[in-house]
Amino acid sequence: MSDEGTNTYMSEAEIKALANGARRDIIRMVAAAGSGHPGGSLSAAEILATLYGTEMRVDPARPDDPERDRFVLSKGHAAPALYAVLAARGFFPRAELTELRRLGSRLQGHPDMRKTPGVDASTGSLGQGLAIAGGLALAARVAGRSYRVYTLLGDGEVAEGMVWEAAMAAAHYRLDNLVAIIDLNGLQIDGPTAVVMNPEPLEAKWAAFGWRVFSVDGHDPASLQAAFAAARQTRDQPSVLLARTVKGKGVSFMENRAEWHGKAPNAEQTARALAELEGGAA
Amino acid sequence: MTEYIATRDAYGQELLALGAENPRIVALDADLSGSTKTSLFARAYPERFFNMGIAEQDMMGFAAGLAAGGLIPFASTFAVFAAGRALEPIRNTIAYPRLNVKIAASHAGLSVGEDGASHQALEDVAWLRAVPHMTVLVPADAVETRLAVRAAATEPGPFYLRLGRPATPVLFGPDYRFAVGRMNVLREGRDLTIVANGLMLAPALRAAEILAAEGLTAAVLNGSSVKPFDAETLLHWAARTGAVVTAEEHSIVGGLGSAAAEILAEGCPVPLARVGIRDSFGESGEPEALLAKYGLTAEGVAAAARSAAARKLK
Repeated sequence: MSDEGTNTYMSEAEIKALANGARRDIIRMVAAAGSGHPGGSLSAAEILATLYGTEMRVDPARPDDPERDRFVLSKGHAAPALYAVLAARGFFPRAELTELRRLGSRLQGHPDMRKTPGVDASTGSLGQGLAIAGGLALAARVAGRSYRVYTLLGDGEVAEGMVWEAAMAAAHYRLDNLVAIIDLNGLQIDGPTAVVMNPEPLEAKWAAFGWRVFSVDGHDPASLQAAFAAARQTRDQPSVLLARTVKGKGVSFMENRAEWHGKAPNAEQTARALAELEGGAA
Repeated sequence: MTEYIATRDAYGQELLALGAENPRIVALDADLSGSTKTSLFARAYPERFFNMGIAEQDMMGFAAGLAAGGLIPFASTFAVFAAGRALEPIRNTIAYPRLNVKIAASHAGLSVGEDGASHQALEDVAWLRAVPHMTVLVPADAVETRLAVRAAATEPGPFYLRLGRPATPVLFGPDYRFAVGRMNVLREGRDLTIVANGLMLAPALRAAEILAAEGLTAAVLNGSSVKPFDAETLLHWAARTGAVVTAEEHSIVGGLGSAAAEILAEGCPVPLARVGIRDSFGESGEPEALLAKYGLTAEGVAAAARSAAARKLK
């Protein structure tokens, strides 16, 4: 793979379309499964669409290419969003999405790197993805490879102490090929993060740990792309994007509602959600 | 004259040798490299050694990522922190995806000595044995340790190597053969079978001598491969001798004794006596004195053997 890679360099409009298509698939697959996590999947749609649409060097035909960029979904419960984007990029057939969570499916409830093409790490137990991503980034240095590593964390997830162990280590080892994105949707299972366990001030915390911090609009591909580009130019320190998002984004009755963290819509709600999303960015 | 070498020293030496042979081998430690002996590798290959500080969970996560990136990480710290503090990251992040991470945990068991109960891992084999995909090895001496480390570096998948702090007798010669999942028969006997691992193998062999002087002949098996466990060899010797004794520097809950009990109960129910820590924590003291207090001695194994043999159906 050349330095230019095989990413598609999608336009902003194409990324928005990829994100909106992913949202529709998230609703369909969670509804078909009868369980899953729509809220935090919908909040991450533009982040994943920007990563897989333009930022990362990946080739769906060669998901095991040792030179590919890596992505670790530390907030593993957002698996529907990852699966939707991977399917849209051609890592596996889109028709398979409705097999989510079924017995025998390649699409496990949380990501399984041994089952799903394009999934780079098995996750689901929160707080561990940053360390895995750090190890992958360090491996690139040892093996003389030029790939970059991206990981997406939730804002409730950063209460895990292991996140900060890994944050310290990534800065200590100057992993400038590592980018963390925090999906700052402000809600976790039991309610607002500010009430359950306030993670703020996140900007000051990450900066104090030695990271370059970017505050971005997590639903704006241009904002995300600008930060990714600046991170790429950053030397000797890892970067973190604090991505402001809306939990349940795109579905009016799910937006900013903690109860949609981990439940499936019924048939009527599914129809309403899809109708709203059909009207979204095409 | 018997030579004494700590299994952690043998680990450090073999890791150093492997570092020269395979550039994909990397080492991690959690601020105990001088004690776990990864310091030898660190000095020789500083660009492939990563001290993660006092952060065992993070060390396992980084090890998982390094393995996912195609390298062969050896991650070391004291057993109680490696297997205990980091158990869930090991389960979910290393074992579940069957990543090629080698956990070499030193200072296992009572023989840590003076540091006391907080540092004496007596449950680590039980914890790791319950995790799918994990290979659990408890080598008996320096020779077997070097072979086990080499096997871990060569064979794919997650390994847990249990190593000790004190210098212990070298039992095996240069022609000793080790294979994951195989129990070596060190001594044949007719009246009972002793299965031991780690630093309890030497007292087990001495116990066989004590018993022989009393007219009881004991077979002695090396139970270094706790998982996978060589059920076939154990069942063969259990049937042949009619009684089994296990000996380990570990709790009798969940370790070698439990592994043997499970196999025997299903396949050859003979009288069994388990020598080990009887569901308690350790304490401070000199290693030899501690082992003596908790019955982890040749005489302790011999006593258990007499009891098991006496319970045999006449």
